[in-house]
Order: sequence, then structure tokens, then C-alpha cells
Amino acid sequence: MAIRGPMHRSLFSYIWRHSRPEQLVILGLVVLAQVFYFLSLTVPKAIVNNGISGNAFKAAAEVRVLTLEIPLPDFLGGHVLRLFDGIRVDQLQYLVIMSFVFLAAVIVNSQFKRSINTLKGRMGERMLRRLRYELYDRILRFPPAHFRKVKQAELATMIKDEVEPLGGFIGDAFVQPMFLGGQALTAIAFIMMQNFLLSIVVIALLAVQMVIVPRLRKPVLVLGRQRQLTARLLAGRIAETADGVSEIHIHGTANYERADIAERLGHIFRIRFDLYNKKFVAKFWNNILSQATPFAIYLLGGYFAIEGHMSVGAVVGVLLAYKDLPSPIKELIDWDQQRQDVQIKYEQVIDQFQPEGMMPQELQALPEGPPPMLGHEFILSSVTVSEDGRLKQLDGVTLTVSTDSRMAVIGAASSGKDVLGQVLARLVLPSSGSIKIDGQDFFQIPEAVLGARTAYIGQETYLFPLSVRDNLLLGLKHRPIAPAAYDDAARMAREAFWREAERAGNPVLDPNADWIDYELAGATGPADLLPRIVETLTQVEFDEEIYSLGLRGAIDGNRRPDLAEKILAARKALHVRLQDPAYAGLIEPFDPDKYNKNLSVAENLLFGTPVGRGFDSDRLAAEPYVQSVLKDAGLDQDLLRMGLSIAETMVELFSGLSPDNPLFEQYSFISADELPNVRLLLQRLGGKGAEAVPEADRLRLMTLPLRYIEARHRLGLIDAAMEERLLAARRAFAAHLPDALRGEVEFYDVQRYNSAATVQDNVLFGRLVYGQAQAETRIVALISQVLTELKLRDSVIEVGLEYNVGVAGKRLPATQRQKLGIARALIKRPQFLVVNEAVAVFDGRTQDRIRDNILATAKEGRGVVWIANRPDQAEPFDRIVVMKAGKIVVQGEPAELEKKGGLYGELMQSA
Amino acid sequence: MNLNEEVEILKGVPLFGKVEPAKLKLIAFTGERMNYAAGQELFHQGDVGDAMYVILAGSADVLLETPNGQIRVAELKKNSFVGDIAILSDVPRTATIKACEPLTTLKISKDMFYRLVAEFPQMAIEMMRELAHRLEDTNQKLRDATSSKAA
Repeated sequence: MAIRGPMHRSLFSYIWRHSRPEQLVILGLVVLAQVFYFLSLTVPKAIVNNGISGNAFKAAAEVRVLTLEIPLPDFLGGHVLRLFDGIRVDQLQYLVIMSFVFLAAVIVNSQFKRSINTLKGRMGERMLRRLRYELYDRILRFPPAHFRKVKQAELATMIKDEVEPLGGFIGDAFVQPMFLGGQALTAIAFIMMQNFLLSIVVIALLAVQMVIVPRLRKPVLVLGRQRQLTARLLAGRIAETADGVSEIHIHGTANYERADIAERLGHIFRIRFDLYNKKFVAKFWNNILSQATPFAIYLLGGYFAIEGHMSVGAVVGVLLAYKDLPSPIKELIDWDQQRQDVQIKYEQVIDQFQPEGMMPQELQALPEGPPPMLGHEFILSSVTVSEDGRLKQLDGVTLTVSTDSRMAVIGAASSGKDVLGQVLARLVLPSSGSIKIDGQDFFQIPEAVLGARTAYIGQETYLFPLSVRDNLLLGLKHRPIAPAAYDDAARMAREAFWREAERAGNPVLDPNADWIDYELAGATGPADLLPRIVETLTQVEFDEEIYSLGLRGAIDGNRRPDLAEKILAARKALHVRLQDPAYAGLIEPFDPDKYNKNLSVAENLLFGTPVGRGFDSDRLAAEPYVQSVLKDAGLDQDLLRMGLSIAETMVELFSGLSPDNPLFEQYSFISADELPNVRLLLQRLGGKGAEAVPEADRLRLMTLPLRYIEARHRLGLIDAAMEERLLAARRAFAAHLPDALRGEVEFYDVQRYNSAATVQDNVLFGRLVYGQAQAETRIVALISQVLTELKLRDSVIEVGLEYNVGVAGKRLPATQRQKLGIARALIKRPQFLVVNEAVAVFDGRTQDRIRDNILATAKEGRGVVWIANRPDQAEPFDRIVVMKAGKIVVQGEPAELEKKGGLYGELMQSA
Repeated sequence: MNLNEEVEILKGVPLFGKVEPAKLKLIAFTGERMNYAAGQELFHQGDVGDAMYVILAGSADVLLETPNGQIRVAELKKNSFVGDIAILSDVPRTATIKACEPLTTLKISKDMFYRLVAEFPQMAIEMMRELAHRLEDTNQKLRDATSSKAA
């Protein structure tokens, strides 16, 4: 697994180093396969000559077959050592046996081919995996500044696409030249035996071919390299467009971007077209040259034959032998080109992956046990940070910071205070000076120790597209704490997986293991982590927001039966409270025996939450089972009548409106586009009633009343009799629901938890009544009260923690992202916390409250360095450092600084 | 109360008096019917105004916050409308409205109100007429007050 030092510049030595045993096995198999290949070529000759033509049987009726003999060389006496006498057979038996021998040879031959190809493929894929892993490993060790120079899309393209062809080549890297070279040498040797002069000519022509063709292909390779680079840049440019798309829209520069892309595509086109040209020129000369050899054989061989230096048979023999030559030669040349091609690709990729100042591997080694504590004193001696050597962001800063102190740094925006914060988090490396903790070099502390014992919060927090919980606990994952639980079969599969990982030089680490360091968070295990999470969320005032996410979240009742049970208890408690006259008429509970006026007709029929799209209200009327239920209940005509009535009302109400009026979208059952058609339909019907509605329009009209909510739309369409019939249909729907559709709906059942509905809806188990003043506010407050009384608030927060924050956390507003970032740092209970203007995104009062909460955690050996975005934030700190132009101007206790005045006084006054 | 009944009531509201019945139905349909129990507030003086209300049933008190406490300045009955000032001139609510018995209103949001006015110019005219009436009414009261003071 060692990935040390720079990577091999030569792809060949890289391949050889990591796949030597496998390459040798494959080579052995290739040699062995030749025996059977030879057999599959010679046996047919025997079958034709002896089996069919019967040449061997002209002398005797029976011959021996399958004799096994080894001719001993002369120095051992020149005898033939017979191992197996064989069996005597007649002609027919001979034919049968030899045919089966042929079949067996073909099968064995194919088996060899299959094994060789599989082995080659596996070896190639392993090497590809190893290479990709090593490249990724390097990204994790890049110096932070390097990410300002490389584009992420380019890194991704390199690891994903550019190294891909290497996998295919690796299997052939050694085998192919050996194999083809052997074939070519055999053929040349044969020609040499026929006529030496002719063979010299053939060799000379081949040599010319092997010199000229690669030379012709050289420009092709150069162009190939350019093609790879331009494609990589294109990928980077496309990613830039996506990243900066709002800037493009804001400034209206889409066409400028188009110009740039068209320019690049044109450039790529030119390279690719050149490539074609050069490729076919090379191919053309290759063909001419390979035909030059037979030309020489005809001419010279013919001349020799005429002059009598050579027999005609020999000339034909040479020609036949030559027939076998061009294809291995051509393939060798192809192989060589592929070799150069992948070598270039490989070099171009690895060049990008060895920047200066990569972090040594030891600093990222997997920690063996709990992380040790940091020392007590940071000593910064003349630390200077400068990107280009001239502009100094930090200028000779010398400072002593106790890890348990409470220190604030203030200064103007360009004072370098933020750079100081980044240096303390090792995000920026000083260009000169040293930082030591109790004498130990700060830059030699393993990353996992730093990650566990220190925390840093910058002005922006990057969130991974995971749940809130996973993002919050990210900082606790430094090593697997407890292995994942697998059953026997899964463990065996897992172990095989790891063996394979080891072969490809990948680490044997299990992402399914429990990586959460509970101790670091101040918990003992999964069971008591939640209170710590809630405490941390409260410190950053994020608990309420996660709580309301939880109310709107859903849980699977089968996977969390305990929680589902508790929520059902809350439902019961809420409905007892709702009996209070103060809440009368605010909620219409779900009652299986009553029509719910605050639900739509569709919801009343279904009396449950649709799970998939099958019972979506838009397509409900078209659903065959629903149709049969409606027909049996005799409701189809009623729905049609209601649909007609709604259509008439909509035409009456919305006809005068302009089609782009937003009222359509908000209130109309029929869209502005459709309204004219519906009006025509009604005119055609001329008040003839539901029976006259043409078949084609029935479905559309029947869909309309499904969305109709009596309490909201107040068209008076549903009277008591209709309610009864809809209730009958509701019962019929549930009673005869086919098994295939059972998963499509979760019925409202007061005794059961509804996994398809939100936690809040589960507690509510009813609908807010339309048009009751402040109903929602009061009911939500009541629900919260009930949940708190039942000690369910933390559980709801737990549900909220499962909320997925989206790509880069974009599903959360910026303030919540930042709160999550701070909470992520606080839950580690870091020994040394750097807050780098991290609260700037909040309003002033929230800033101060969160500062006080963070400050309250800095006790019992824990410290905070607070880089203040407002100078007055520094007041409650024990020590204040004032910075200007990358230098420390003054430092000391607040009272002391106050007396001195100076820059401190100025900053405080301006605040 | 269904839509047609609401339309009947709206016909009696001076603001909508000249609006044709089909349009009234649209107003009723797109408006939100809101019920208040006795003692509940429609809105509070100083709130940001986002809707106007037409009283469909019941009655409400108009209360003014003064340095000497709340005083009741008027009573709103069926067919009157309230809350128009805040949405027309973007000022905070100028009074508190509190239901004094179970109250039913039609709540017309600010957006909706402007859309309706744009669609039905006769509503704007009615509105102007009503506001002019109120202004005249206020002027009359002012005249009465000053003359009684003078007397």
C-alpha cells in the first residue's frame, strides 16, 4: 500500500513493479497455449490425409494412434523415448478418434484464450484501480494552495477518463510484444532457411518499415497529447460555467461564454481533424511498405528461380512464410504506438498529481487509538505568509497562545487577522517562521490529532450532500470505532472484497463501520449521543429549525416502531386536548364513518396518503380499479355531473380574465389554455346534462371534482346524500383493494402510524378547518406543547436530523449552513477552537448570543481564538490581539488596552 | 354558507354594488372566508397590512390605541369593509379590529385586490366613490366638530 515519493515516470516500470507475478503467470500460459494451438493446426492435416484419404492405411489395415514419444537429442543417444504405445485402430476409428482430438484441442485452446483474456483483464482492472486510488490519495495530500491552481473538473476528468485506456493496455504490456515478436522471429527464421539473400532483403524491408512507420506516427502522438489537454480544459471550462452561472445571468454575458466555447470547440476540431489526416497518411504508407516486401520477393525470387539459384518451390515457400509475417509486425507496430500513447497519457496525468509541498503520508496515517491531547502553548515565531514574496499577508508575527486561553483578534479587514486564523488551522502554510506546540513542530502533528483536538470555523461552511446528522458528525470520524455487523454470508463477501482491495493497493477500510468517535463528542455510545447533538444545536440556536424540519419529515414506522408508538401516543393526547371548547371547530379529525369536508373528494375516497404515483389525484379517475369502484357505487355519473357543474362555474368565473392572470394558476380547476375547449364542450352540450357528454371528454370532467374541497371551494356540490354514497365508495375501495395496489396507499387508521405522512400530520390525524382565524398557529403550538410534554421533542429533532441538505448544502439557507458548520466544530468539544469571522452572516444580536454560547464552552482546558468580524465582539475575552497590515500592533487584557487607547481605542469607537 | 349565498351578501356591499354578479362570484371564490370567535382580532393597530376584509356576518369593534388606552371608535356591521387603507397606501394598520360576536369575513389579499381592480375597472371606480364618500363624511364631521366648538 506504500505510495511514497514521486510516482514512477515510466508507465512500464510502474506496471512491472505492481504486477510482476501476474504478468509471469500470463506469459507462461501464453507459451503453453502455443502447444495446443499447434495441435489444432496439425490435427486437421492428419484427418484429411489419413482419416479421409486413407494414406496411412494403404500399407496396413490398422495403425497406432495417440503414441506419446519424445525424441532424445543426439548427445543422449538420439533414441526415441516412447512413453505410451498408443492404440491400434482401423481407418474409421482413426477418423473418429482424430476428430475428437481435434475437438478437444479446439476446446482446450479456447479455454486457454478465455483464461488468458480474463487474467489480462483482471490484472488491467486492478492496476487501473490502484492508479486511480493513488491519484485520489494524492488529492487528499495536496497542499491547500494547490487547489487554487487546479480545477476540480479537470482532476475528476483525469482520474475518471484519462487513465481509463491504461487498464486495457496493461494486460498486453508485456505479453503482446513477446508473443508477436516470437511469431515474427519464427517466420523470419523459416525464410532464412529457404534463401539467405532473400531473407536479408525481407529483413531490410521490414527494418525500413519499422523505422519509417513509427516516425510517420509521431505527429499523430503529438496531436493525441494536444487532444487530451484540450479535452481536459474543456471539461474545466464547462464546470466553470456551471459554477458561475448566476454571474453569467446577472451580467448577461451568455454570448461571451458562447464565443469562448465555440473557439475551444473549433480548436479541438482542428486537432482532431489533423489527427485523422495524419493517421490515414501513416496508414497509407504502412500499406505501401508492407506490399513492398512481396514485390521484392516476386522480383528477386523470380530472378533467382530463372537463373536457377533457387527452386520455384522455395520461392513459393518464402511467399507463404511471408504471409504470416505482416500481421504480427503490424500488430507490433500498433502495440508500440499504443505504448507511446498511454505512456504520454500517464505522464500527463501524473505530472498534475505531484505538486510541491505535498503532505507526507505519515501525517494522514490511520490513528491507532484515541487521539492524544494537544500541548498547552502555541508559539508562533516571526511567521510570515506571502503568496508571491512581495505582498505579505502576515508579516513576522510572533505570538504565544495558550490552548486553553480565550483570545480575540481584532483589526481592519486587511489586517491579516483572518490569515492568522487560517494559519492556526493549518489551512495556510507560512512561507517563513515557525509554529511550535510545547516544542513540537505544529506541521508535524498528524492530521487526525489536529482534526480531533482542534476545530476551525471559517466564514463559509461546505456541507456534503448528506443528512444534517451526517454533516454534523463528520468531524468525529477519524477512524473506525466499531466494525460493522455482518451475517456470515455478508462477512465472507466483505472479506473477499477486502482481499481484492489489498491486491490493488487500496486500503482495507470499511465505510459501513461505525466511525463516530462518541467519546470525543462527550457520549459513551450511540444511545446517549442525541442529547449531546441537541445541546450543540441549542448552542448555535439551530434546534428550533431542526425541530420544525422534523415535524415536516417522515419516518418509516416499521423501522422505528418505538418512535411510531410514541407519536401515536401524542396523537391520542392531542385529540384529548382538542376536546377543549377553545379549540372547537379548528380541526376536522379523520373519521372513517364521516365525510371530511376539508379533504378533497379524492382524499375522501382514498382515505389515506397515496404512496407512489398510482393514486395521484390527477390520474385517479383513469385508474382502472378506482373506475370499477366508482361504477359499482354508481358514482361515475355523479362525478360527471359534478365535473360539469364545476366546469360551468369555472367558465362563468374565469372567462373574462386574461389568460396570463395568476388567478388561473392559483384558483381555477381548469388552466387558461384549456378553458376555451371546455367552453366549446359546454356549448355543444347545450345543457343536455351528463348523459350527453361524449366518451372522450368524460375522463377530463370526472377528474375535476376529485380536487374539489367542499369547505374551501363552497360550490355546494356535496349534500348529505352524496356524502353517504362517497362513504360507501370509500369502504368499497378499501375492502376490495387488490394486493398489487396495497402498497400504493397508506390508509388513515387512528391506531396505526402512517409512514407516508409527515410526523406533524401523524400527530394531527385530521385537517385544519378552512377559514378559522389563527387555526394553524394555535394548532402548531398545541402540537409542540403535547410533544414536549411527552418528551418527544428530541425525537422529532432526530427526525429533522435526517433532512438531506442537498448539493453543497444548498437546501438550507446560508445562515443555517453556517450554524451547522459551527455545531459541527462544537460537537467535537475541541481543545482549541478557532472561530474566523464565522458569525458574520448572522444579525448582530444573534452574533453576540452565539459568541457567548461558544465562549461558555471554553473551560476545563479548552480555549477559543476568536477572529472578530466586529471589534466590539472582543469585549468578553481575556486577551485581545490588535492587528494591522499583517502585524500585531498591541496585545493584552481589555482593561489594559483601554488605558493605552491607540488603535484599540479607534477600533472600539468605530464599532 | 355556499358561494351563491356569499354572492348574495356581496351584492349588498356598497363597494361591489355595481360589479356584475358573475364577477362577484369570482371575488367570492378567490377570496378566503375567515371565521372569528368573539374577542379574536382581525388585525392589530401597527401591524403590516396584507389584506382587506368584507364583513359577511356578525359585527366587530374598531378600536384605537391612544395614550389613555384603547377606545372604541366605531362598530362594523354586515356589508361593511375594513382594512382597505393599509393595502391602498402601504401604511401600518391604523386601528385594531376585534370581533364582538362570532364573525364571518371574506378576506381579500392585497395581491388579489390589485388583480381584481386591474381586471374590473368598475371596482376601482366604486372604491373611489366609497373613499370620496368617507372623505366627505369625515369633512362633514370636521365641520360639525369645528362649528360646535365655535358655538
